[in-house]
Amino acid sequence: MPSPAEQALVAKSTRNGWLMSMPALVVLTLCAVGPLAIVLVYSFLSPGDFGNVVWTFSLDGWTSILFTHDIFDDTIKFADGNLTIFWRSIKLSLITTILTFVVGFPTAWFIATRPPAARAGWLFLITIPFWTNLLVRTFAINQIIRNEGVLNTALLAMGVITQPIQLVYTDTALLIGMVYVYLPLMVLPLFATIDRFDMRLLEAGYDLYATRVQVLRRVILPITRPGIVAGSILVFVPCLGAYVTPRILGGGKNMMVGNLIDLQFGQGRNWPLGSALSITLLIIVTAALLAYVRTISRGRTHG
Amino acid sequence: MSADISIEARNVVKAFGAGAAAVRALDDVSVEIRKGEFFTLLGPSGCGKTTLLRLIAGFEMPSDGTILLDGADITYLPPNQRPVNTVFQSYALFPHLTVAQNIAFGLQMLGKPAAEVKARTDKMLALVQMEAMSGRKTSQLSGGQQQRVALARALAPQPKVLLLDEPLSALDYKLRKEMQIELKRLQLETGITFVFVTHDQEEALTMSDRVGVMSAGKLQQVGTPREIYTRPANRFVASFIGETNFLPARVVSGGVKLGCGAVIEVAGLTGSGATTLTIRPEQVRLAETGEEGTMAAVVTNLVYFGTDTHCYLSLPDGAEVMARLQSPSSGEVGLQKGQAVALRFVPGAAQVLED
Amino acid sequence: MAEKRRFAVTDLPGFSTTAMVVFVALYAPILTLVVYSFNKGLSPADWQGFSLQWYAVAWQNDQVKLATLNSLQIALAAAVISTALATLAALGTTRRAEYRGQTFIYAMINQPLMVPEIVTAVALLLVTAAIKKLTGYTGLGYLIMSHAAFCIPFAYLPIRARLEGMDLTLEVAAADLYASPFQVFRRVTLPILLPGIMAGAMLAFVTSLDDVVITEFIKSPGQDTLPTYMLGQLRRDMKPDVNAISTGLLAVTLLLLSLLFLINRPKK
Repeated sequence: MPSPAEQALVAKSTRNGWLMSMPALVVLTLCAVGPLAIVLVYSFLSPGDFGNVVWTFSLDGWTSILFTHDIFDDTIKFADGNLTIFWRSIKLSLITTILTFVVGFPTAWFIATRPPAARAGWLFLITIPFWTNLLVRTFAINQIIRNEGVLNTALLAMGVITQPIQLVYTDTALLIGMVYVYLPLMVLPLFATIDRFDMRLLEAGYDLYATRVQVLRRVILPITRPGIVAGSILVFVPCLGAYVTPRILGGGKNMMVGNLIDLQFGQGRNWPLGSALSITLLIIVTAALLAYVRTISRGRTHG
Repeated sequence: MSADISIEARNVVKAFGAGAAAVRALDDVSVEIRKGEFFTLLGPSGCGKTTLLRLIAGFEMPSDGTILLDGADITYLPPNQRPVNTVFQSYALFPHLTVAQNIAFGLQMLGKPAAEVKARTDKMLALVQMEAMSGRKTSQLSGGQQQRVALARALAPQPKVLLLDEPLSALDYKLRKEMQIELKRLQLETGITFVFVTHDQEEALTMSDRVGVMSAGKLQQVGTPREIYTRPANRFVASFIGETNFLPARVVSGGVKLGCGAVIEVAGLTGSGATTLTIRPEQVRLAETGEEGTMAAVVTNLVYFGTDTHCYLSLPDGAEVMARLQSPSSGEVGLQKGQAVALRFVPGAAQVLED
Repeated sequence: MAEKRRFAVTDLPGFSTTAMVVFVALYAPILTLVVYSFNKGLSPADWQGFSLQWYAVAWQNDQVKLATLNSLQIALAAAVISTALATLAALGTTRRAEYRGQTFIYAMINQPLMVPEIVTAVALLLVTAAIKKLTGYTGLGYLIMSHAAFCIPFAYLPIRARLEGMDLTLEVAAADLYASPFQVFRRVTLPILLPGIMAGAMLAFVTSLDDVVITEFIKSPGQDTLPTYMLGQLRRDMKPDVNAISTGLLAVTLLLLSLLFLINRPKK
């Protein structure tokens, strides 16, 4: 049992800890966390005529996510457009996560198994795209896959095709763009986990007659699972809420949830609906994060 | 090659780096390890013993030379195709698998049927007395327990040779002693050829059928513990194993002449000039001053060790000799610093060694 | 004669090839963009000779000038504020006995990383719209504070990492030599912490500079930053001056990242 003097010291240290964290917490509450509560409130209000809201309670913001009221024949139908957009967002985010993993794991493994002197160099090389402006990277990919872009021009010149391949404004373009943009987010946590992996376990695996594929499946992947989950979350979450990439590569036709939300605050003039959509997105993301935390702590209790 | 040779290394070279700056971890090493024997590679850090072990296991390939197992050339076979298993210094247990799953791993990789895997795993658990822990994750075990699991895991696939890379170095003294007895028992029970690597010469002498002493990438001597100790092949082996006295001397007919003038008989000497005489401390006997065939000496220091006393003596020409005296029943050795005594060497025990 | 094949323990089939393809694929579009920013011609697909004209065009554009000014002002202010707050928070959450609520603080600080940017953008839009109506203030303050908020986690992480890696005995030694807690902080802790603080500041700066979504949602007219200006240019035909601006941003990021790596190199 610590003495009263010790307890007082600990209490003082705790108080100081809180004091020093206060300024950051205040700013974050006012400018990041707090406003989320306002979004929730606004989702239960009515839309104003020129945007903004009228302070009248209404559930229309929420019901409009799934249903539309056809004013001509007074029936309630599924909001097909919205559902398509939700489905596209989830589908593309899942595929992007899988693709970035399939391609990102070998990349992270490669970097982690370089000699220590070269490793810093490779790490630097993978970090630069990570910190490059999202817009710049999306522009760059756009330049490649546009109809008048580098890829099509090259293929036309070589005579492989006679007409430009329509890549932009398709779901494929979004996929290419998002894999390109979010790949570093998968590689970095994977690298962190692989870096801590004890390579001597590989020797043990081979000593016990495993083939290379068996070592990958039975030794490497199970042990690097936390990194895989972390990378997946880091890719899935931003993908789901992607805005810039679908706007540039989808051209307003292939919208994702982010663009749908943007619409409500622009031409759509339906702030409550936009708020409700935002909260929905937040819920899905929080659920995914909680699943991640559970996977990690479950792994820990297994010793 | 005779049929009872398990592992043979022929003129193995392992070099790191290139050209003039290349470092030879193994410099033309050749050795034969017999079936069913407990063979130890002994030497200081950096002598190449672990490198040789890794070449046998297949984690490295030699720069030159051949490695044979039961007569077949395995020099460039990948490790998962060699019927040889390793107990790693760090144990390298799979942290995501239980004790039982670790032990079963090799058998599963070989594609053995599930029933056989289970039977063999249970047998191994019993062999190392870890049945109670079979469901635990390996990170929850103590060092000694992890060691036993590593052993069971390597023995489960019934390899032709078991390689052990300083497996006891992480254990405390008492546990080490226990495990040494365990390992010896296991080797005799299973009859598998053990190749054991250590820097601890006491360990090597007590456990092995034969010992290969290595230094600076070369094999200095191969022999039974008794041979290594009583007839070291060169100065390195003599000084690395046990304690030895080195006395400057000159070759004369029939033996050597020490600096103090005494002549020691050594058979079969050729050549002439300056050389070194070696004699073990327990082969130095004290006698009454003036007795026939003794040298005069003065006691310079006495160090009490419990079971025996080390007596440091100085010969008239300044050369130093250490004698190991067993503590007599009275407890007192009866000598004092500065006392004048006489000493002699046990006949035939002294040697003249190359460098 | 024996073949000298090696069994490389860490090799996995196809992994190195995939990695190399990835590196090429990651850099090819960026490099293409950079190269074509120096293209004399309009079309990105055909090369008409080396020219700096698009940089000139961009530089003479008043909107670009304004956007650059805004970007730099906001990024600088946000970096300073967020780094200061993050340093305090890092000091408050490390190297002391674990206390209840520490997890809460940690979660709060990293909250911007866990919420999709569009949601934060919407939230800030609602709040700033309301405040604008109430007070009529339409200055850069909203942008600066918003940026400062979401830059805090980016500044916090490297500072905390540096703090946790510091040798405690240095401060104990200083106290043993009669230094007061404030002096210990000023003369021992702060200097050693400095590389971490600079790393945090640089990351915060880059993050603010690169922000698109939040800025796009809460900016008022005349408050374009470089990214939002470029986004706006999308609708029209893509003039290569956008390439020039992109290359400029890339250069700044590269410069800061290189500095970061140099400062935080593990010392021998």
